[in-house]
Amino acid sequence: MTKMLDTSAAPTLSRRSLLAGLGGMTFCIAMGDGTQLVNEAQAAPTAAKQINAWIRIAPDGIITIYSAGTEMGQGTKTTLPMIATEEMDADWSKVRIEMAPPEREIYGYIFMGQRDMAIVGSRATQLYFNDMRMAGAQVRRVLINNAAKMWKVEPASLRTEASFVINPATGAKLSYGEIAAKGEVPKELPVIKPEELKPRKDWRLIGTGVPRRDIPEKVNGSAQFGIDVKLPGMVYATAVHHQTGTPISWNDDEIRKMPGVLATVALPNGVAIVGKTYPQVIAARGNIKVQWNKGQAGGFDSDQALEDYAKVIRDPNADITNLAKKGDAGKAFSDAAEVFKAEFRSDYGYHAQMEPLNAVVRVAKDGKSAEVWEGTQAPDATRDEVAKALGLEPQKVTVNQCYMGGGFGRRSLGDYAAECALIAKEIGKPVKLVWTREEDITNGMFRPQSFQSLEAAQDDTGRVTGWRHSVVGDGGVLLHTGIQIPYYDVPNQQIERRGVSHGIRVKHWRAVGHVFNVFAIESMVDEMALASNMDPIEFRLKNMAATPKARRCFETVAQMCDWKAARPEGRALGLSISERSGSLGAGVVEISLDKKSGKIKVHKVWLAVDGGIIVTPQAAKANLESAIIYGLSGILHEQISIKDGVVEQSNFHDYNVMRMSDLPEVMEVKLIDTDTRPTGLGEVGNPFIAAAIANAFYRLTNKRLRHLPFTEERVLEVLKA
Amino acid sequence: MVSFKLNGRQVSLDVPGTTPLLWAIRDVAGLTGTKYGCGAGLCGACTVHIDGVALRSCQTTVSEVANKAVTTIEGLSKDSSHPLQKAWVDLQVPQCGYCQSGQIMKAAELLAKNKAPSREEIVTHMDGNICRCGTYHKIIAAIQTAAKGA
Ligand code: FES
Ligand code: FES
Repeated sequence: MTKMLDTSAAPTLSRRSLLAGLGGMTFCIAMGDGTQLVNEAQAAPTAAKQINAWIRIAPDGIITIYSAGTEMGQGTKTTLPMIATEEMDADWSKVRIEMAPPEREIYGYIFMGQRDMAIVGSRATQLYFNDMRMAGAQVRRVLINNAAKMWKVEPASLRTEASFVINPATGAKLSYGEIAAKGEVPKELPVIKPEELKPRKDWRLIGTGVPRRDIPEKVNGSAQFGIDVKLPGMVYATAVHHQTGTPISWNDDEIRKMPGVLATVALPNGVAIVGKTYPQVIAARGNIKVQWNKGQAGGFDSDQALEDYAKVIRDPNADITNLAKKGDAGKAFSDAAEVFKAEFRSDYGYHAQMEPLNAVVRVAKDGKSAEVWEGTQAPDATRDEVAKALGLEPQKVTVNQCYMGGGFGRRSLGDYAAECALIAKEIGKPVKLVWTREEDITNGMFRPQSFQSLEAAQDDTGRVTGWRHSVVGDGGVLLHTGIQIPYYDVPNQQIERRGVSHGIRVKHWRAVGHVFNVFAIESMVDEMALASNMDPIEFRLKNMAATPKARRCFETVAQMCDWKAARPEGRALGLSISERSGSLGAGVVEISLDKKSGKIKVHKVWLAVDGGIIVTPQAAKANLESAIIYGLSGILHEQISIKDGVVEQSNFHDYNVMRMSDLPEVMEVKLIDTDTRPTGLGEVGNPFIAAAIANAFYRLTNKRLRHLPFTEERVLEVLKA
Repeated sequence: MVSFKLNGRQVSLDVPGTTPLLWAIRDVAGLTGTKYGCGAGLCGACTVHIDGVALRSCQTTVSEVANKAVTTIEGLSKDSSHPLQKAWVDLQVPQCGYCQSGQIMKAAELLAKNKAPSREEIVTHMDGNICRCGTYHKIIAAIQTAAKGA
């Protein structure tokens, strides 16, 4: 019983259907700078030779909306079209969602001056909110104008409700489908002023917890992930890699003779094994012996490197990048009544997304085009990388987006899709490449390890007036995130990175630099609060001059956890705060410690977040809770170590991710009600955890945890010291 | 040729007897709801029922299930009507969803023998199933909801 999946019916292939239907109205939207809706003729020249539509209303009333919110469990596939639907005043049950094709010129957001589609930093809602509202409002205006023309009345006299234009004077109604069947999209589309958008009090969808559209498919096995795709004539591949090496030779004859093996393929930094079935290629992988030219990371030792970072701090010739300079830090320190210094370290971390990296690629017989199936955070990057690998124009590559079994920053490069393309080209057949979990770990791209040196100057009133923070590591901008402290007002600051280079692959990792930077910052602040004999919240409000927004977060979380109340024997609280993607969150943990084993148990977590307007409360909360657990897992259990250039961990027996038994008994998240633009919520729940635990740990033991992660072994060392 | 019952239907798969059941189900029988997470019995993403017992299909060969009854997530109910599936949707449990077939199959084994599991019993039973997205608290709540409704 061999059954081929008919991929022509797969949901990921249906994007063309948006444009295929005749009749109805198609709306094309130019995003970004002063968003405007343009008609098809206007959009066409910039649209890579095809008309790119965002929204289409069919005569039967079915509305199809593209979502640029690549779906990895955060819910933005649903959220973005829902925002447009709100402004359209359309019937949500008539809305169908399709994933936007990888045309960044059309569907990309503008971030830091660049147009991009990568959904990273949990910014999908933040970056698309205004654009999707404008687009929906423009579509609604066109529908009203058409109805007004049909009825020969003033547009201003009409109103809309759930996919109908209504004339209150006559009681007449026209459905959006009826209007789309007969009406037209004007050449010049109406301009909507921001004040003409639907006021918050009239929202029916935003803020109400619309269920995610992807969930029903995820409880019965029908959701299609990249790993689930099967094409006619497809063969299977897996690979071995070296972090920085290139293959010189391998036992090719032996491998090719193994059952089912069809070929081996040399890759830039590895060797692929291709075969008839996946178990056969995994078996062959177990037998492959590769001679490597090991490259830069050949003899790399992560522990040694971390020790060496301490020297880089004192090295006047270090590769220094200034990240922030404010006031006169030198003077603040020379005038200081009190100076604090502290150092912190953190190890490499691995994404451990549940679905091992994989892609399916089919190269056309003539080699002139290709098609990719992948769960990706950045379909545009996948398109470009596959095109590059095959020597094609990007427009010749079709990307079929599948669900991602976790992203966390790893799935935004298109690298393994490009690898699969190389194999498919060489083999001349459609290929499914699946990295084994072992490969996914040993060839991972990690949250970089780091060393932190902090200094703070206090004047004679206790006010923190000077701040120096230096982070050492290999990872460029990955080391910067979370190193700024905009939620405090410290007048004199000097913040820098000292770069080193190892060649070990590093990558974004759910708030990446925040994990170690916020750990260092908020631990240091706590040390100062203790030394000043002040309540940690009071210290942050007074001596660190926390902003009003931060104050609200602190006060809210204090109320949630009953901050001043006594805790049971053997328990203690710790506090911390972090900012990520515009959101601010103050959190408190309650922990206990098993002094024999060194195991820290987190019993309760409270988190108060200002994330602007909350578009989908249920999903927002789920994202924050998910980040809390990801954070707990990362700092209590997860550790990547590298010896002689090789990652020592290989699967979930030695790369420990949190299990259900370590779940806190209480996890309370509160979204502070504000009226500002939505900000990112998928990551702000993660970075505060490390310092909160370290601060609670100090209250239990009078010892400070200075090295992430807080594994049992490491905790015991700290207790002994 | 190995014959067994798969979601109530008799199937004969033309694969070596040593093939892990996981890949036979996914790549040969075409039921892709059962997932590969670790291939080493460490994560539970590949959990299926064999004669009603939740087992890891990556650690089970097809010859071991000869003449037995295998149930995958696709066979748990015809129309997502199992109380667990309903609770999973009501409480919006999944994030990425990749682990959830395994979670639901593991939970279904518990509910079949324990109609009203305590939080502690749920945690003990489910502890081998990793959810990297951190939906553990929702899984517990959904199992309790399903237990009440079932
Ligand atoms: S894939 Fe079988 S236990 Fe992980
Ligand atoms: S929902 Fe993503 S791993 Fe569980």
